[in-house]
This record gives sequence, C-alpha cells and structure tokens, in this order.
Amino acid sequence: MKPILLRGARVLDPANGRDEVADLLLEGGLVKGIGRALGTPDGATVLEGKGLVAAPGFVDLHAHLREPGREDVETIATGARAAAAGGFSAVCAMPNTDPVTDNQAAVGFIVRQAGLAGFARVYPIGAVSVGQKGEQLAEFGELVAAGAVAVSDDGRPVATAHLMRTALEYARTFDIPVIDHCEDVTLSHGGAMHEGVTSTRLGLKGIPRSSEDVIVARDIALAALTGGHVHFAHVSTAGAVALIREAKTRGLRVTAEVTPHHFTLTDAACEGYDTNAKMNPPLREAGDLAALRGALADGTIDCIATDHAPHHYDAKEAEFDNAPFGVVGLETALGLALTELVEPGTLTLAQLVDRMAARPAAIAHLPGGALRPGGPADVVVFDPGQEWTVDPSRFFSKSRNTPFAGRRLRGAVRWTIVGGKVVHTAGDRPDAPDRSGR
Amino acid sequence: MSGALGKDLLGLEHLSGDQIRLILDTAEPFKEVSERAIKKVPALRGKTIVNLFFEASTRTRISFEFAEKRLSADTVNVAASGSSVVKGETLVDTARNLEAMRIDMVVMRHGSSGAAKFLADRIVSSVINAGDGKHEHPTQGLLDLLTIRDHRPIAGTKVCIVGDVLHSRVARSNIWGLLKLGAEVAVCGPASLLPLGIEALGVQVFRRVEEAIAWADVINVLRLQLERMQTGYIPSVREYYRVFGVTMERLERAPRDLLIMHPGPMNRGVEIDSRVADGPHSVILNQVTNGVAVRMAVLYLLAGGKPELAEAAKGASDR
Ligand SMILES: [Zn+2]
Repeated sequence: MKPILLRGARVLDPANGRDEVADLLLEGGLVKGIGRALGTPDGATVLEGKGLVAAPGFVDLHAHLREPGREDVETIATGARAAAAGGFSAVCAMPNTDPVTDNQAAVGFIVRQAGLAGFARVYPIGAVSVGQKGEQLAEFGELVAAGAVAVSDDGRPVATAHLMRTALEYARTFDIPVIDHCEDVTLSHGGAMHEGVTSTRLGLKGIPRSSEDVIVARDIALAALTGGHVHFAHVSTAGAVALIREAKTRGLRVTAEVTPHHFTLTDAACEGYDTNAKMNPPLREAGDLAALRGALADGTIDCIATDHAPHHYDAKEAEFDNAPFGVVGLETALGLALTELVEPGTLTLAQLVDRMAARPAAIAHLPGGALRPGGPADVVVFDPGQEWTVDPSRFFSKSRNTPFAGRRLRGAVRWTIVGGKVVHTAGDRPDAPDRSGR
Repeated sequence: MSGALGKDLLGLEHLSGDQIRLILDTAEPFKEVSERAIKKVPALRGKTIVNLFFEASTRTRISFEFAEKRLSADTVNVAASGSSVVKGETLVDTARNLEAMRIDMVVMRHGSSGAAKFLADRIVSSVINAGDGKHEHPTQGLLDLLTIRDHRPIAGTKVCIVGDVLHSRVARSNIWGLLKLGAEVAVCGPASLLPLGIEALGVQVFRRVEEAIAWADVINVLRLQLERMQTGYIPSVREYYRVFGVTMERLERAPRDLLIMHPGPMNRGVEIDSRVADGPHSVILNQVTNGVAVRMAVLYLLAGGKPELAEAAKGASDR
C-alpha cells in the first residue's frame, strides 16, 4: 500500500483543536504526520488538497444495511460503498436484519462481510433482546466479544421499562451504549405521519410527538436509576430535545443523534402522499426543526446520524398507509448538513466535523473521529463550496428512496480514505467496473 | 379529456368555489331526469366507466351506477371480493391493467387516504374519488351542498358536523365545500374523535352537542363506526347516544328550525334518534336523490360535457 500525501488542504480536526492549512501524510494505514512541507516519501500518491477540507472520516451511528435478509435492497458491501461515497469512514449497522443480529455468529458475519467489501468500516450493533422481541436480554458479552459496539432494538423501541432498566444495568459491564428508538407504540399505532394539521387534511393517522417524548422521559428516568448510557436515536421533537437538555444538566449519561431529514424537512413533505417522505419517527413541524438545529448547535444533540433505510422501489410505490417507513441517507448527509446547517450559520464547519466524526466515535468508543499521528488514517476530503444536484440514479446504495431527488446541495466529497486507502474518489460511478476498495 | 374540472375529481380541497358552483348548477337539470318515466339521456353514450370498489359500499356504488346508466355510459363493476383484478394485486398493477383496457373513467372507493390521487397520477383516464380512507368523499360533500342549497343559500349558513370527524372523509369534503361557498362550519364530538388541529382548517369546535344545536342552522350527523369502542375512542354506544346523540329532546330546545342531514347508513339510536331521522326536519332522503344528480353532473363535466349544454343534454331524449 502506497503512502498518501494530501497537500495543502484545510485540516479540520476539532478533537485536537486543529484548523490550519497543512499537509497530511498517511502511511501504513495510520496518520504519519500533519504539518507544513512534509517530505514526499518514495512512491507516495500525492493528492492536491488546495481549497478542500480534510477532516477525520465521518462516523454514522445508525444505518440499516439490510444484510442478512434483504440483500435485494442493500448489502453490507453496497452499504459500505455508499457510506464511503458520503464521506463516512465508519458506519454502525443496526441489528434488525433477518435473522436478527442477536448472537455472536450474526455479529461475526457482518464483520466478515465488511472486511471482504473493504470500503467504510462497518461496526455491528447487537440486539437488546433476543429476536428483538422485547422479552429476553441478548448475550451482550458475546456480542461485544464478536465485535458489536452498542446494542439496540431499533426499528422498534426497547419494549418495556423493565427490559430497558436491565439492559442499561447489564451494558455497564461492557461500557456500551443502549441505543433506543423512542416510540410508545400504543400512541403511534397505525400512524403514518406526524399528527398535526397536515395529517388532519390528508386523512392520515398521525403519530403524536408524545409518542417519542414519553419514552425519552422513561429512558432518562432509567438512566438516572442505573447510571447506564442511553443514546437516543433519531430525535424528532422539541419536547425530546428539552428533556435531553435537562437530563444533561443533571449529568446523566445520555447522548442523542438527529438525522439530516429531520433537521431539513417538515411534515409538509408528505403533501401529495409522497411515500419518500414517510419515515419513523415522522417529519415534524417547523418548531421541532428549529429546536433540533438549536440542539445540535448547543451540543444537546451530540451528533448527526443517517438512519439510512433502503427499500425496494416497489415497496414505496404504494398507498401511503401501505408504504414502509424510511429513506436512504448516506450519500446526501454531508451535502444536507453543509447546506442546511453550516451555510445559514447554525454550525461552524468545525462544529459540523465534530458532530459527524468526533462525537459519534466517542459515543460508541470507536477508533477514528480524530486525526493524530499514530491514529487510523480515516480521512474525508471534501469541497465545501461545490454545488451538485441529488440524482438517485447515481447512488452507490442499491436503493433510491430519497425525498431529496433533484435538490441542489452545496458541499461534495472529493476523497474518502479508510485505513490509508482511497475507497472513494469524486466521479466514481456505481456502474463502473472494478470499484473494489481492496 | 379535460374540462372545467380538470382530469379528475379527487377532493373538494383543491377545487375553487366557482368549480363547486358549476357542479351544483350542472346537477340541477339532471335532477329532473330522475323524475321522468324514461330516466335516460345519451350524454355519455360510448363512454366506458369502471366502478372499482376496494371497500364495500352498496349505497355509493348504486348511486354512481344509476348516474352512469342514466347518462347511457357502459359500466363495469369491480368489487374487491371475488375479483382477480384486485385480489392480492398492488394498486400500481391495478392501475396498469385499467390503463391497458382503455377505459374512460374510473370511480374508485379505497380504504387508504390518497389512493385516488395515486391512481389518478398513473392513468390517463379520469378518476373520481368515491371515498379514499379518511381523506375525502367529494361527491358526498357535493350532494350535501346541493341539499342545503335546495333549502337555503349556503353563504352565511351555519353547519355543524357532529360525530366521528377523526375518521370521516365525509366531514373533510363537507368542510372544504362549505367553506368555499361561504358557510360557517363547526364540528362537534368527543375530543377523542376530533382530529388535532381541526380549527386550523377554519372551523369552530363544540365540545357539547347542545351548544352545537343552539348555534347551527344545519346539523350533519356522521355515522359512528361501531368498532370505535374496541379501539378505545369512546366507552360505549349507550354513553355516546346519551352525550352526543342528536335527539328530539335536544332539537326541541333549538332556537330555530334545523335541517338534519346524515350521509348514511344510519345507526338509529346511536348517533341519531329515529324520531329525528324520520321527522319533519330531516332531509336525509333528499340527500340520496341529490346524490344521483350530483354524480351525473360530475361524470358529465369530467367527460368534457359543456356546462351550458347540460340543459340540452337533458332534453335530448325528449326530442
Ligand atoms: Zn429507529
């Protein structure tokens, strides 16, 4: 593997307080040096970074890679490739696969498949309960030993307060977060979108904000009881933001993520029954969107995660009630974050890198998230000013279900480097031959 | 095929007041056709119409069928049960099959909100929404408007919709149609059956049926689906009738004569007292009669018929 010298980019590494134009030398899978006028080792690949930003590769705590079970809509390889195209050097795979990732063999399978694919690193998340049935705790010890970095029953909430309590207690031994999808299913039952004036007009059953808020409140109480680490997946309501903010002032171990679609769109996107705007939790209203953006800025919400959820086009080509929840997100996250958060001044560029790399890595205790000599050579290089138009036919993901088709975004990935290897270069096409990252 | 209404009739929300008035005005001459010995005019001769009912609805389907036959259209009924066109097939495939059969219009009843728009976006034929989920039932809204207009000017009239507004497509179509024609609109029912943010549509909310009756000129009583008890929205039928029933005792205290409407089928003794349904203020059977005329008007206009020729179309069989 040849060394890589990235020359003259703006190196942005909030974890180490670095923001300077410098050279970055990667060698042997590690960061070798950061500074001016670093020598060019023999045989090094030189990348011209002038005008570009070099940052620690992004880390996505929340993606559904669908393998095993739904290889027709995504595989670990295509998901990891899509992640690389989006500037992610690491992605965490949710366990609601078929079969469920609730045992060491299933975790090992994901680790192996990701290793064979060789694009972004893939970290499995194990199930909280066996079969995600909400009854018996999964074997966290074996899951962690096989490579799991967190546990979650995502796709659904941790079913009962008692199960959440024991999960938080038991997870302390392994120092892993319990990631909860907060939804009181007795309140959301049968709902297809946010409950509000738009759902009333469209005649669609609504999912009230309180469906999320009551479980967030439950989990905060249990974090206080147990001292465990709750990570809140895809926060969508102003109420949840307020609860989390208050919990953090009390010093509880709670962290949270928000998705690009929740900080960009409101329930108005469901007009015309657009099934690509159907997600769970649902798109909320302008007040929630403002609260989510504010929470990202002040750190109440720690990080951005995609909740990448591929679906077959047939499945979304249906009545709104019958379409599945979820949108793909890996390849639009950076553009949306730069356009919707950095451009209007909600976040600085350094804060954005913090929310997409350093913080998520810290939450799941992952390597990466920072650029320091001796650390992993996981780097994203992007042009923050480059405009592009979202064209789902050019996604590396196998699925196309996005509400952002045709949207103009500012900010595009130039290179994604994982373990010192370039795994994505701008202009790579999904249909091109030999796009192996090996 | 695109006249004053456009290609489809999916709901009243996106129609203008003028378009709604046009439909009502066009319905007037068609009312009379139904009163004749030979109830048939040749306005839609040679047109093929499919009545596609994914949910059972005898009364709406029959009303459409009469309207189509009285306009001399060729019609086919497809019911969800017992049809290979529908069973286990996605709505996309149903749409493609319909398209391949080169029909002129589809009248569709479907359990999912937005299904009519979904179909209309995918086929060239006109789509008439005969009820989609909890969204709209535009021809019901139109026939309710026509019935009110038979008795009094709609503008300025106070209409209260009583009952399960949350699950009612009839309520939504009525609200849009009435507001566009200048009526004042209110809803009344247990809060568990009123949708969140309904006020934002421009309607008042009454928590007690007595207040609604004291305020209104017209009461439109919605059918209470009996499964609402199992799903925990209300405690019991008995309690519902006691608290929200439109009863003779309550009407007797009304400060003015009220028109009483009901989209049917009625649950007597649940949402409405039999004495009210059969009483002098009830226009429930006028609604049924007007349903055929309004549907004839909608079919005629969507088929490209000229509104000003409706009178002549009616007269055609006389000559
Ligand atoms: Zn989730």
